Amino acid sequence: MNPYIVPGLVLVVLITVGIGAYGLRFARTTSDFLVASRSVSPSWNAAAISGEYLSAASFLGIAGLVLRYGVDVLWYPVGFAAGYLALLLFVAAPLRRSGAFTLPDFCEVRLRSPLLRRLATVFVVFICCLYLVPQLQGAGLTFTTVTGGRYEWGALLVGLIVTANVALGGMRAITFVQAFQYWLKLTALAVPVLFLVMQWQSDGRPAATPPAGPAFAATTTVTFSEAATLTLPDGTQTRMAEGEQQTFPAGATVPDVSSVDDHRGADWLLPGGDATLFATYSLILATFLGTMGLPHVLVRFYTNPDGASARRTTLVVLALVGLFYLLPTLYGVLGRIYTPQLLMTGRTDAVVLLLPEAALGGGHLGRFLGALVTAGALAAFMSTASGLLTSVAGVVFTDILHADRGGSVRDFRLATVLAAIVPMALSVYVANMDVSRVVGLAFAVAASSFCPLLVLGIWWRGLTDVGAVAGILAGGGAAMASVLITVLGPPLSGWPAQVIGQPAAWTVPLAFLVMVAGSLLTKRRVPRDIGATMLRLHAPESLRL
Amino acid sequence: MDGDATQDAKVRRTRVVLGEAAARRPATDPARADLAEQTPVGEALVKGLMRAQLALALRLSLVVVAGLGALPLLFAVAPGVGRAKLLGVNLPWLLLGLLSFPFLVGVGWAYVHWAERNEQDFTAVINRPEG
Repeated sequence: MNPYIVPGLVLVVLITVGIGAYGLRFARTTSDFLVASRSVSPSWNAAAISGEYLSAASFLGIAGLVLRYGVDVLWYPVGFAAGYLALLLFVAAPLRRSGAFTLPDFCEVRLRSPLLRRLATVFVVFICCLYLVPQLQGAGLTFTTVTGGRYEWGALLVGLIVTANVALGGMRAITFVQAFQYWLKLTALAVPVLFLVMQWQSDGRPAATPPAGPAFAATTTVTFSEAATLTLPDGTQTRMAEGEQQTFPAGATVPDVSSVDDHRGADWLLPGGDATLFATYSLILATFLGTMGLPHVLVRFYTNPDGASARRTTLVVLALVGLFYLLPTLYGVLGRIYTPQLLMTGRTDAVVLLLPEAALGGGHLGRFLGALVTAGALAAFMSTASGLLTSVAGVVFTDILHADRGGSVRDFRLATVLAAIVPMALSVYVANMDVSRVVGLAFAVAASSFCPLLVLGIWWRGLTDVGAVAGILAGGGAAMASVLITVLGPPLSGWPAQVIGQPAAWTVPLAFLVMVAGSLLTKRRVPRDIGATMLRLHAPESLRL
Repeated sequence: MDGDATQDAKVRRTRVVLGEAAARRPATDPARADLAEQTPVGEALVKGLMRAQLALALRLSLVVVAGLGALPLLFAVAPGVGRAKLLGVNLPWLLLGLLSFPFLVGVGWAYVHWAERNEQDFTAVINRPEG
């Protein structure tokens, strides 16, 4: 095993806990725990939001998807970044001015409906769990890939560290932890990629799509975890049994494996055309509009001092996140050249972790850079999991323990532990769930529930509580049902697979339509103080009204 | 019962600070009073600000829909665009993997700039000395 990895991981955990403990010295009141007393500067806040947002799906998943499917999946990073533009244009400043702590708080401020508040709580908990489970799973998978240890240990270890950190330091501490982790994640991808590109240059710039299909860069032994049929470009087929090994010489063509779905040649290099048009637009809609509905992203906006700084923070986040997303694509493309065996084993998510040693060799440089990316991956799981846990704990604290008045720090710690138990148990028992697909589905649920609520709530005076409840139940409920069918149900094929596997293209318009129609039918229920609410949401704070 | 009453009294106890009380002095100029008291004039002022901000946001999202959202359709309708190469790299890879991010940041920067200008205009109307 790589001797640099364990010291690297220990260092990341120690720095995380250290900054958390340092933050604890400032965490005095419940308000410090929940929103850092709203005294975090825009640049710190933006780095923290980015650090929180760049999860296992961004750090490992995108490169793996690019390696496997090529140009069509570039919409994932573009959408993940563009979501912040939608958030900036429609939500950032008014949401901060509403003065709400959490999404259920926003429902209360805008529509004064306890029923809507309870419904929002259900969706916050559902989205957070949906997003938290794959983070812990990703941690388990990385642990297995790097150390060869058991999956459960990795998932539980990261779960426990994150729970302790949130329960002890709260938001104030994790603001600094998250900001540190953004820069760590960026460094962990940017530094190795420089050496990787130099290596690629000195190897004579091998093509990512050689005419004969991807070929092995070095002699490689592949172990098959399940029985499969290998097909070579000339049509010869070989049966491989479970657990069987085969060694391929350098320069040999990578055979097509029946158990792994991937794109080759022109399918990988060129956009998919009209066959994938529905799925592409559904993905665009989910990621562009889903970001504003993610509870762990929104909770960060309350730490801005005013609406104008919330806008500036969002712009910096957009730039930081965009800078980061330039890198995973390069890993995916270089992985096509240096780690094509992943196309045979199907474990493409490991490309970021394996690429430095595969391209630069097992010397000190390759191993050191391998440890650096692994440390970055650990930071990715920990920061996103911390953010999700803080927001779900905040909601459990105020809405389920009903501690909003006179709630103590001890209650918040209890809420954190309560909120951590379910996803940790799930991540151990549902180990086979598909990681990257679940993250996309979390975006679809957020886009079809909270996005219409926020956009209409902020810009349309006519929204009523009945309309909002109906819209969330119809759109969000349909998206939730699609998620449950995709994750728990039987595998689908044909058009139901597209419509249910990528539901956003129909659930988002459905949610908007039902919300508008429901509100128009119940016009009398428009809150009487709507004028005052709109003034508060949109008037600049400098007026001091 | 008595215990509850004293607890309620404890919860309700507030600290009075002279500076805060002074800051709560009634608004003196008419536009400010219109806003604070929700008169039709104040309502119209807020509606105007909201309309300006929403129009700005919608216009810029139209730019993004035209610039990015139309790409999958373009690649499907004109496959030749996908095969075109620039500096040895296929155009879709350059557009999505590299250029889309500065484009998004540019649109975001423009929004922040104009949204702040809208707010300054609004503040100027409210604070304008009545002639």
